[in-house]
Amino acid sequence: MSILIIKNADKFYGKNHVVKSLNLEVDDSEFLTILGPSGCGKTTTLRMIAGFETPDKGSIILKGEDITYLPPYKRHVNTVFQNYALFPNMNVSENIAFGLQQQKKDKATVDKKVTEMLAMVRMSNFAKRKPAELSGGQQQRVAIARAVANNPAILLLDEPLGALDLKLRKQMQFELKSLQQQLNYTFIYVTHDQEEALTMSDRIAVMNEGVIDQLGTPEEIYNSPSTEFVAGFIGDINKLSGKVTAQNELVCNGQNIIANTKNIPNGKEAKIFLRPENIFITQSNNGIPGKILQTVFAGTHTKLEIQLSDGNIVHINEPVNSERRYTHGDSIHLEVKQHTAIIFE
Amino acid sequence: MNTTSLKNFLVSFSGIAVLLFLYFPLVVIVLFSFNADTVNSFPIQHFSLKWYSVLFRDDELLQSIGTSISIALISTAVALLIGIPAAYAMHKYDFKGKKLIDKIVLMPITLPGIVTGVAMLSFFPFVGVKISLTAVTFGHITFLCAIVVTQMLARFKRLDPYLEQAAYDLGATPSATFFKVILPNIKTAIIGCVLLCLVLSMDEIPVTFFLIAGNNTLPLEIYAMMRRGITPEVNAISTLIFIFSTTAILLSMRLNKEK
Amino acid sequence: MKAWLRKYSLLLPLVVWLLVFLVLPYCFIFIQSFFETDSFGKTIPGVSIDSYQRAFSNSLYIGTIFRTLIYAVLVAFLCILLSLPLAYWIAFKVKRNKTLLYTLISLPLWVSYIIRAYAWKIILGKEGLLNTFLQWAHITDKPVEYFLYSTFSTIVCLVYILTPFVAIPIYTAFEQIPKSLIEAAKDLGAGSFTTFRKIIFPLALPGIISGGTFALVLTMGDFLSPLLLGGPNTLFISNIVQNLFGTSNDRPLGSAVGILILLLIFLILGIAARSEKKLSSLKSDSR
Repeated sequence: MSILIIKNADKFYGKNHVVKSLNLEVDDSEFLTILGPSGCGKTTTLRMIAGFETPDKGSIILKGEDITYLPPYKRHVNTVFQNYALFPNMNVSENIAFGLQQQKKDKATVDKKVTEMLAMVRMSNFAKRKPAELSGGQQQRVAIARAVANNPAILLLDEPLGALDLKLRKQMQFELKSLQQQLNYTFIYVTHDQEEALTMSDRIAVMNEGVIDQLGTPEEIYNSPSTEFVAGFIGDINKLSGKVTAQNELVCNGQNIIANTKNIPNGKEAKIFLRPENIFITQSNNGIPGKILQTVFAGTHTKLEIQLSDGNIVHINEPVNSERRYTHGDSIHLEVKQHTAIIFE
Repeated sequence: MNTTSLKNFLVSFSGIAVLLFLYFPLVVIVLFSFNADTVNSFPIQHFSLKWYSVLFRDDELLQSIGTSISIALISTAVALLIGIPAAYAMHKYDFKGKKLIDKIVLMPITLPGIVTGVAMLSFFPFVGVKISLTAVTFGHITFLCAIVVTQMLARFKRLDPYLEQAAYDLGATPSATFFKVILPNIKTAIIGCVLLCLVLSMDEIPVTFFLIAGNNTLPLEIYAMMRRGITPEVNAISTLIFIFSTTAILLSMRLNKEK
Repeated sequence: MKAWLRKYSLLLPLVVWLLVFLVLPYCFIFIQSFFETDSFGKTIPGVSIDSYQRAFSNSLYIGTIFRTLIYAVLVAFLCILLSLPLAYWIAFKVKRNKTLLYTLISLPLWVSYIIRAYAWKIILGKEGLLNTFLQWAHITDKPVEYFLYSTFSTIVCLVYILTPFVAIPIYTAFEQIPKSLIEAAKDLGAGSFTTFRKIIFPLALPGIISGGTFALVLTMGDFLSPLLLGGPNTLFISNIVQNLFGTSNDRPLGSAVGILILLLIFLILGIAARSEKKLSSLKSDSR
């Protein structure tokens, strides 16, 4: 069942068309990520759901109720802000209590809920601290507790991990995911970090230039991207060119590749998108010939930059423990795993 | 109208009302400077330029304008000569007592003008400065230093620190760096500062009030006219001062914003 | 030229100038406040606390200092009251031309004091704008005398002159509040008034205090408004100092009262600086 429906929403900033007739249905209790580069309209979409922006056209329906023109303080959704936006004049407890007090809850209820929330985010020992006295990760937890305290129908998260360092970010990803499962809430999460999106989401909506290019599970998005933009934006990818020779058969640098050619007619040029993990160096001479341009040590693997005979460049990851070591100038042959190439016209 | 838009309206309305309050008296002066009548009463019956022509025949007033302009020019020039090098040193070097100088230079602005005025009145004769227009000029230089130092210090701080390092790197001596690299880059700020100093000097009262002897400066002449009774001539000269000050200040603000 | 020499040659003119024409004069009135006057009113150098004793024992002096303080508090309060809606409107309601409006509130700061004071003479006078308007509109049938040459007109003029001084720091404080905090408050269910009361006002309090302090201190030192617009009974402490250096010619006493005003101002500034520091919860890292 859809908890939130966005119907044909349009948003202009002056002449800038930032959200273009956007349609989105969010399922109850799912972790949905809106992923896209900066300026793609993802934050605007989130702000329209929160009520900080009003769409110029279209409507937003929460649990069957049209909330398009409702002010933010009357909406049953809450936001975890990018830089947390904790009230610096209030301590942790007061921050968490703020929303409950606006609902005119009695003191006992507020206190009970605050205690519960503090325990949930493991901040009970910091109840009387001011936000400025907390670390980034702790501020993050308070921001989540403050938003969750109101029991929102949907929790909106606007790049909440952006300000944290890499290690903490990874840890918080897991915490957020388990919190969502534990609470069984609907999360709408906005980020430009594709790795974050892949690890946490039930579904991902990839946005580009005001439009949702693809909506699907992380696997669908990664393995069968529906547009070139999605293919290029998520994960590492190599772009090659070839020609369709038969149904599900292409030729690239003189070698046959088996892949879904969709409806591309025979004899037509095609773009071949290949993930690095689907290309291997083969010891046989049956493969796409290439030359090693550069090798870069990257810990668990070595990154190889290879130039193919048609001039295209390919990056692949070679396990460090592989028997052969390659150096600049080596001639090699590449093999492509069947049915893994993504073909666009 | 629903409550939200009513609230919005009330907020905007009170904001605009206060803004109007700030400008209403100025508008009144300008309007009444064109009033043919001798009494500033509502509503205005006839418009005329009569008071402007009276103004240009008032020798005492014209003389006070001349006095004010000379004092303003001299004190601005001296304040710049003293203030800019000091501001540059305060920006560039760290030394003991920098904070103290910073505090002291601002005293004529932060402390009440009356105390500064009577302090100067009491002490100036001891260093050979008699109560006269010279004393007024010295007083003006002192408070203009506060303006020059703060304005120029702010400008130096916005200057790209690498400019200076690049000049040194390319072999320029400190003085060549100052005159060929720093000075051209703060030129607009200096002009802005000059305009501000001129306006402030020409409007200054509290210090001038105690140090003056002989001819009046413009604001003190207006003060004297006001004490003699309301004459619409004051409206005319006020309008002219208002136009002059506003133009100079707007220009100064603009020049200060430039990179 | 050696660096240290260059440094001091750049600074020296300013330092010498300030020392001779500013620091020594201030020191001198402090010393002068311990001088005495002979029976002819001539100042005699000496060390005596006579002036301070006279200042504290005569209600004309100590009483006026306190009365001026009360006027100053009133002026500061009225300035804040006017500045809040003005600053709020520009900071939160106006979308375009904010810089223009900011310029408009700061511009009057620089426009001649005497002209701005004079304007109230035209407006509030017996045959002035307000009185003739009230009679023209048949609200009153004879001029209201109390409008001009009274404590009322003096306070109105001071509030008018000082409001921009107060509005600017308040506006700056409003602008420094991250917009996300206001959105967070709305997101959590707070309406505009609650958001103002619980978020905006507490966060802007240091700015409000600093603006109010400006108005307070400047009123304490003002002698022109009462001189131009005050009535026979309007007496601010600065007018007494001005008189003691003028017609009354009792410089030691004038200096002593001047020093007392300074001490009071330092006290006010100290308290204000401490409370601003204590109340400022908006640090740059919490943005």
